[in-house]
Amino acid sequence: MAHVRVLVGTRKGAFILTSDGKREKWEVNGPFFGGWEIYHLKGSPVDPNRIYASQSSGWFGQLIQRSNDGGKTWEPVDNKFVYDGVPGTHQWYDGTPHPWEFKRVWHLEPSLSDPDAVYAGVEDAALFKSTDGGKSWNELSGLRKHGTGANWTPGAGGMCLHTILIDPVDPRRIFIAISAAGAFRTDDGGQTWKPINRGLRSNHIPDPTAEVGHCVHRIAAHRSRPNVLFMQKHWDVMRSDDAGDSWHEVSGNLPTDFGFTIDVHAHEPETIFVVPIKSDSEHYPLDGKLQVFRSRTGGNDWEPLSNGLPQENCYVNVLRDAMAIDSLDECGVYFGTTGGQVYASADSGDHWTPIVRDLPPVVSVEVQTLP
Amino acid sequence: MIRIVLPPHLRTLAKVGSEVTVEVVAPATRNAILDKLEADYPMLRGTIRDHVTLKRRPFLRFFACNEDLSFEPADALLPDAVVAGVEPFFVVGAIAGG
Repeated sequence: MAHVRVLVGTRKGAFILTSDGKREKWEVNGPFFGGWEIYHLKGSPVDPNRIYASQSSGWFGQLIQRSNDGGKTWEPVDNKFVYDGVPGTHQWYDGTPHPWEFKRVWHLEPSLSDPDAVYAGVEDAALFKSTDGGKSWNELSGLRKHGTGANWTPGAGGMCLHTILIDPVDPRRIFIAISAAGAFRTDDGGQTWKPINRGLRSNHIPDPTAEVGHCVHRIAAHRSRPNVLFMQKHWDVMRSDDAGDSWHEVSGNLPTDFGFTIDVHAHEPETIFVVPIKSDSEHYPLDGKLQVFRSRTGGNDWEPLSNGLPQENCYVNVLRDAMAIDSLDECGVYFGTTGGQVYASADSGDHWTPIVRDLPPVVSVEVQTLP
Repeated sequence: MIRIVLPPHLRTLAKVGSEVTVEVVAPATRNAILDKLEADYPMLRGTIRDHVTLKRRPFLRFFACNEDLSFEPADALLPDAVVAGVEPFFVVGAIAGG
């Protein structure tokens, strides 16, 4: 019988939650790497027992851990992330040039075809790749050096490359997103890149429609339609039907279009999920009510989903990588909060149940659907 | 034999107890013992010193013989008591964070 494995990264360690296909009873394992920040864990689609984890600490820096047995045991692999050539500068918060400095790995994206190949999105923003299971890392520096890098500026959370989407049809096409530079695309496996931010409007930057400088929070796509992208921007939920060449807003009737995470239903390419957050200065749900919003029309028309979620006195946040979708026949949706809860829905968001309530603040959630 | 005391997280990472020992050829400097420590325990590379510059990570300190050696040159000789194995060399995590 199919089952699911939910990989949870928190501020104080990693947790692995497993259940059968009913997703009613859960086994919780962890913490792994207790006391360390785990920004992200993700398993290889080719070999689900191969899982990569980003482990970091303000004291000891960055580590990458790898498991070959579904998270039962781990081994540290290479943690040397060195920018290619002379790193140069980007813009600092005050507009002055600031040298590129590696801080941490925000996101790990395993290849769709090779368990030893994995991409790492890092702060200060850059894309690295390993082709030997994490034993060595090399920067795909065409992104940072394509021309606009000197104008990139950090968002409040740092200048992080947090989203990596590999086109399932053409793996040479990769989409990435950076706070606060925007979205970028390569069509040649990472050699050359171009900004794909036309149609985005950010009123908090000097030129609201600038080529770069937008605080993109996350991008998601359905595997069957890689040219259709959905974006949660700092403010605004956006959609592209041409692989990012142009975007239009689909915030529609959302009560607030600020938020961090966005994801797409496993079987319905026009069904998307967001978690609206009150504002960029108040990172919690509106009116103390935690609600996921679902659109079955690819945006614009949204419905609140709150059955099983706290509807009073709830002031948590849901971070950009903290939502995931399983691919069981009855699609499961998962998200984690900065209050340490991980919620699951086994019916596309209609009903929610907490799997765990008291973890450290949740940074990321991924789910593996296993045979 | 030089004794090194690591902070708890690095002991877990390296799968060692409260002390590890390294043997270095004279002159016994901080860089020499950390080079040997990282050679013996490769998973510690980058956790105490920057991979490229070999500078001490900002939230770590080096103590020995009741002295803070953090700001001594990396190629300065370690105290005799450390070289003789009488006193350990401490890698200490700064008290910070939540």
